[in-house]
Parts: sequence; C-alpha cells; structure tokens
Amino acid sequence: MSTDISIRNGANLNLKGLASMDLEVAKKSLNYALNPDDFFGLTPRMLVKEGDQVSLGQPIFHDKSDESIKIASPVSGKIIEIVRGAKRKILNIIIKREGDRIVNFKIPALSNIGKDKILELLVESCSLAFIRQRPYNIIARPDRLPKSIFVSIHSTAPYAADYAFILKNRMDEFQTGVDVMSRLIDKPINLSISHNCESDFTSLQNVDIYKIKGAHPSGNESFQINRIDPLNSGEIVWVIKPEDLANIGSFFKTGIYNPKRIVAVSGDSLKYPKYFDTVIGSSISTLVDSKQLSNAEDYRFINGDPLSGTKVQYSDFLGFYNNTLSVIKEGNQFRMLGWLPFLYNSVPSFSKTSFSWLLGGEKRVNTNLNGEERAIVVTGEMEKYFPMDIFPMQLIKACMRGDIEKMESLGIYEVVPEDFGLVDFSCTSKIEAQEIVKSGIQIMLKEVG
Amino acid sequence: MDFIRKQVDVLKKPFTKGGKLEKLYPAFNAFETMLFVPDHTTSKGSHIRDGVDLKRTMITVIIALVPALFYGMYNTGYQYFIQTNIEFTFLDAVLHGAYKIFPMIAVSYAVGLAIEFAFAVYRNHPVNEGYLVTGLLIPMIMPIDMPLWMLAISVVFAVLIAKEAFGGTGMNILNPALTARAFAFFAYPTFMSGDKVWVSEATNVDGISGETILGTLAANGEVAYSSASMFMGSIPGSVAETSVFFVLIGALLLIITGVGSWRIMLSGVIGASVVGILFNLWGANSLMSFEWYNHLLVGGFAFGIVFMATDPVSAAQTTKGKWIYGFLVGVFCILIRVFNPAYPEGVMLAILLMNVFAPLIDHYVIESNVSMRRKRWQGVKLNTT
Repeated sequence: MSTDISIRNGANLNLKGLASMDLEVAKKSLNYALNPDDFFGLTPRMLVKEGDQVSLGQPIFHDKSDESIKIASPVSGKIIEIVRGAKRKILNIIIKREGDRIVNFKIPALSNIGKDKILELLVESCSLAFIRQRPYNIIARPDRLPKSIFVSIHSTAPYAADYAFILKNRMDEFQTGVDVMSRLIDKPINLSISHNCESDFTSLQNVDIYKIKGAHPSGNESFQINRIDPLNSGEIVWVIKPEDLANIGSFFKTGIYNPKRIVAVSGDSLKYPKYFDTVIGSSISTLVDSKQLSNAEDYRFINGDPLSGTKVQYSDFLGFYNNTLSVIKEGNQFRMLGWLPFLYNSVPSFSKTSFSWLLGGEKRVNTNLNGEERAIVVTGEMEKYFPMDIFPMQLIKACMRGDIEKMESLGIYEVVPEDFGLVDFSCTSKIEAQEIVKSGIQIMLKEVG
Repeated sequence: MDFIRKQVDVLKKPFTKGGKLEKLYPAFNAFETMLFVPDHTTSKGSHIRDGVDLKRTMITVIIALVPALFYGMYNTGYQYFIQTNIEFTFLDAVLHGAYKIFPMIAVSYAVGLAIEFAFAVYRNHPVNEGYLVTGLLIPMIMPIDMPLWMLAISVVFAVLIAKEAFGGTGMNILNPALTARAFAFFAYPTFMSGDKVWVSEATNVDGISGETILGTLAANGEVAYSSASMFMGSIPGSVAETSVFFVLIGALLLIITGVGSWRIMLSGVIGASVVGILFNLWGANSLMSFEWYNHLLVGGFAFGIVFMATDPVSAAQTTKGKWIYGFLVGVFCILIRVFNPAYPEGVMLAILLMNVFAPLIDHYVIESNVSMRRKRWQGVKLNTT
C-alpha cells in the first residue's frame, strides 16, 4: 500500500556533470579521517590518543554530554594525528589504515530480539550515529524512542545521489535495518520514494510507503515529515539516510559495524562523473583523480550537494553522512555589468530577470556570489522554495534576533538548515539563510534542549 | 574588459584597507560594483547562487518605468503646446518635456544619492540600490512646474526621515517616494494643487488652465476628456503618471519578471472597482457618479498601484497579507477621493495609510499560522494525556 503526496513549490537545478549510474570500487585510502563537525551539536571527548592502534568499529570519541553517543573508527589502523584548530578544537582525527582488527558483536536471533537489546547494540556498536533525531538533527538519544522513523529514498538536491541505485544490491540488508527499527517503535517505518521510482521498494515489509511528487526540496525529510506526521513541540522523530539503514541492517546480520559508503562524485569538470564504492572518511584523492582537473585550487570540493554541503580541500576526507561529493569551479572572476537583466543568461537563475529559465538543458555553475549581500528587500521569493506551512522569512528574522519564543512559535522544531538551501540560492539579497537558521537551532539546543 | 579592470584596480588602491581614502570605500564600492559584479565567492551556506541580485531587481523596475517616463516627456510638451496654441511636432513636445524633466531627475538623484552615500560612508555599509528607483519615481509624481529647490527639500525629507531614520533600505515603513510627494503636498499646498501647476509654464503664461480631472470633479465641473484620452494619458497631471497604457507596459514587465507583486496590483484594482461601482450606484455627487472604470484611469491610480503599492519593503510581506493590503489600497483610494475632495490625491494617501497598516496585516496573517501550529500541539497533548 502506498500513499501519494504531491509537494508543490520548489524547483530543480539541473546541473551538468551528474554522476552516471556507473559504480567503481574506489582504491583503498591510505589515511581515513573523522571530523567531529559532521555531527551537529556534538562536543567530542577523545577515547584514544595519537599512536593508539584501533580496530574497525572501535569508539574513537564520544559526546561530552552523553557517553552513549559514540563514533566508531571506519577502519582498522593507527591514530596518526589529531588535528586541532583554534582553542584546541578538534578538526580531524586521522587514522592510518593497517592490520585487520575488527570489533565483533554477538547478535541474538532477530526473531525474538527485544527493544532494550536493539538499543544496547546500536549504542555499543556506535551505529546509533547513523540515526539522527528531529528537532535539531542531532544524533539520536537512546533514552527516548521517537514517535516515528523516516527514511527518504526520494532525493532532489542538485547532484544528489540516487539511493535506489545505491541500494540496488543491498535490499536484503536494508530490509533487516527496516525490521530492526520498526521493532523498536512497534510500527512501520515511513519510507518516501519518488512517484516514478521503479525499484522494488514496494515489496518491502514493515514500511509505509509514500510516493512523493515534487521538485527540490521535496526530497528533504522535513517537508515529508510535515506532510506525513508533523513534528509537534515536545515530540521527536528519527531520520535515517537509506544507506545508513542498510549499514545498520548489515550490522544486525553480521555483528560488525559497517561504514560502507557509495558516493556519487559529480561535477561538470570531471571527465567521468560516477559512483564510487568506498568507506566513510576516505581520502577525497581516492575519489577524484587530480589529473582530471587542471589545477585543484581552481575547484571547490564539497562534501554533500552544492546547496547545503560542506566545503573541503582536495587533501581532506569524505564526510560521515555524505553520499555525494560535488566538484565545482571557483567563481572568483569579475563580471562586467553582470547585474544587467537578460545579459548573462548562462548564469543559472530562477528569477525571470534573465532568460536562464527559458534555456533548457544542464547548467554549469561556479561559486560566485553573483552580487553582494544586502538588506532583505524582495518578499515572497523564499516561500516559493519552501513548501511547508512555515513563514521562512519571518523564521529567519526570529533566528537573527535569537528570539526563542518566536522561533518556537514559527516552527523552528520542524526545520534543519539544509531545508533553506534553495532559499540561500535564490535570495536576491544574498542572505545566508542556512547559517542564520543554524545559529537559531544552536540557541534552541542550548536554551531549550 | 581586462584593461578597464586593471584601471579600476589601480584606482581602488587608496580606498582599500590601510589606504588614504579607506573611509570612503563604500562610495568607491558603489561605483565599482556598478561596473563589475565582484569576484566574491560563497563562503558559507549554499555554494552556488542565483544570478539575480538587488541591482538587477532595481534596474528592472527602472526599465519598467521608462515607457511611462518617455510618455510623460511627450505629454508635458503636448499639454504646453495645446494650451498655448503653438504649432508643434512630436519631437518638439518630447524635447520640451525633456528640457523640463531632466533637471528634476538630476536634482532628485544628486540630492538623494549624496545623502545615501554619506550614510553609507558614515555607517560603513555598502550603498543600497533602492534609491535608484526612488530617485526616478520622485520627479515622475511631482507637478511639472515644481521649483527644483522644493523638489530637493522633498527628497531630503524623504530620504532622511522616511528611510535613513528607520535604518535605511529594507527597514523603512513608508514608501520614500510617496513620502516625498506627501511632504511637498502638505508643505507647499499652493504649488501642489489648483489648476496652475499641472501644465508646463502655466504660471508664467496667461490663459492656461490645466485643471486635473479630479480637481474638476471636486468642483462639480464637467470632465472634458474621454476615457480613451484618460487611458492614453493625454491629460494634465503629474509628470509621468497620466498614461495608463504606458504604465501597463511597465506593469507587464514587472509581472513577467516577478519583480512586482501581481497580487497587490490585481487586488488593488478589484478594491477600487468594487468601491467605485458602489458609489456609482449611490451617485450623490459628480465624484460619486464618475464612472468606476474612469476612476481607475485618472489621478495616478494605475501608476500608484503598479509602482508604489508594490514596493516590497513598505507593502505587506505575506501572500495573504498582499491580497488584503492591495484590496484596501484600492478601497481607500476611491474613498478618500470621494469623501474628501480637498485631497484628490487619494492613491498617495491610501498607499501611505496602508504602508502603516501593512505590518499589522502581516502580524495577523502570521498569528493565524502560529495559532494553527499551537492548536496542533495542544491536540497532541490532549491525545497523550
């Protein structure tokens, strides 16, 4: 049984250089890294020191405020460096791959496994990090179960990986993950798929299927939650990325923490943009051949999609949650009279003040801001790319003021920064909506919890 | 392009950090960004950005204003030559108009931008593009024979009091161009009403009677113009607001590009029509029995609703709010015209009034969303207890 949901408003950015459905096993990285910044709201406390030998699945650090929130090593090896920044903030924990040590768990028969045991195994294996809790998008807390769990196969962001392709050969593990999680909440998992998805998700057990029709950001879980089972004050829901659920399933099948990642590497300058089979924390150099790019410094590497990903360097590593790696050109060039309407139509624009919207086909993008930041003047444009019963501009202004009561009443619990990706993109005044909302959520997390 | 860029880089040096003219950087930046979209790249948030920016948006409005402005030049000459019975060609009329109007535009931009630049330098923020539109709107809605010093003072008042006092572009409550118009109207009533100011040189040449249609109606006179000339705009009035036809061309551009809110324009026309029809049915005096569709053609209604009421900063900001706001602008415009013939500038006062009420309208629209969410929360709490 499936329910059809149509999400109006939003727009797709059709970018040139989308990864083709072609999977290559990436060469093994020499070093791997974990970046605590990948986990929103987590303050790391190290469990290992430089020089320590670690096994695959061994906890490397945990959250200062909650020891059950642990992050595991994606590989067997040796901690060669803990890179610190200003105020000794941990930036990267670098692990050199060596040996073949693995942390093994004994998994009882899945047919009679209890909720407490499932939670205990999730915590001990560090697989809990694969699950994120709304509000705030922090790692799920094991002390409180959610009212429902959401998984979205429907991905709409530019360059976003196709989860149906990623899960093609992992449906068995995915089903195990679904079974375990639905056992935990005594009800089916909410699974969103594209309305034209042809894969065999409909034959899955223990899921309620929602067929989503709509442009970006309808693939973001927030908008689906809002339509399927809205999040109210005091409630929590869990969100799991499809491949992460398969990794959880894999753990419950084998007893071994699974850090597998299939990554769509996209970019219009890449010769063969395609999917790579690799592991969390792998070096980006194992995914992008520098020979393909004239000069790596002219490009921006993004862990995630170009709308909401994190900027990294070529020498950095794949993020914990990312199924997408984007490579786009830096746009540090001047454009003469570039503000004139209808002149530079190759620069992608949703605004009808250029003919960009008329010209079909795939667009090339760069990182130019295309203007300067200004006071908010134009109204009504944010709503076009925010398909939810929330006033985005008013919420952003409440976040700017740090007004907790207003943020709460305008719906901060239901959103995460990445939902504002298109708002960022399309804003005439170049407002940093995602940053502002992130700071608002940080205040809420600190003051309200 | 590279050559120009290099020259700009040389000129830029004294304005950059540590340079002699560092403090004047915002002023230099305004000129530089006019010539080149900067090489700034995204540092946080989305890595890619839309090609649109505030400059492009504002320039689009200016392009939309050009047809009305051009017709205004022609009409200025046309009214003058018709009234003085001098033979003229199309070119004569346009040249006469240009001769009268360009100094007004120059004064408006010079005075307004000087204040904008001064504030930008003082507050150390970039010069906002809002005044590019305001500076053109102000001369377009003034009487043609207005002395330039009077125009300058109105601009100073509008920019200082209506805009900068509230924090500059994006923060103002009232539409700055209309504030300039209202200031002139109340500060210099003798220049801004009567039958001697609407036609070029009327005060200097005997025998010119350039009374506006609304002025005639208020005095219970007969209107000598057909609906067609009201639509085309060959009637006395402010500089460039008379031609509904050319305003509609601008409106079309604003609606197609999405820069102006079609909701406000449409609901404004609906509001004015509804009230106009009601008054037609009542028909107690010549203003009331003035056909409702003619009400839409005169008194700068079209210009006001297309270019002033849609100012996104001073209008309502929510979608529902825009419908209510536009409708009430239309309603109040006709109400003021009919019930207070001393103020035939109904559209100006109606928009300013609704500017003040726009935040209130938005407040209630947003509150209804908030209470909807609260109700959902309470429903859940009741279910679980």
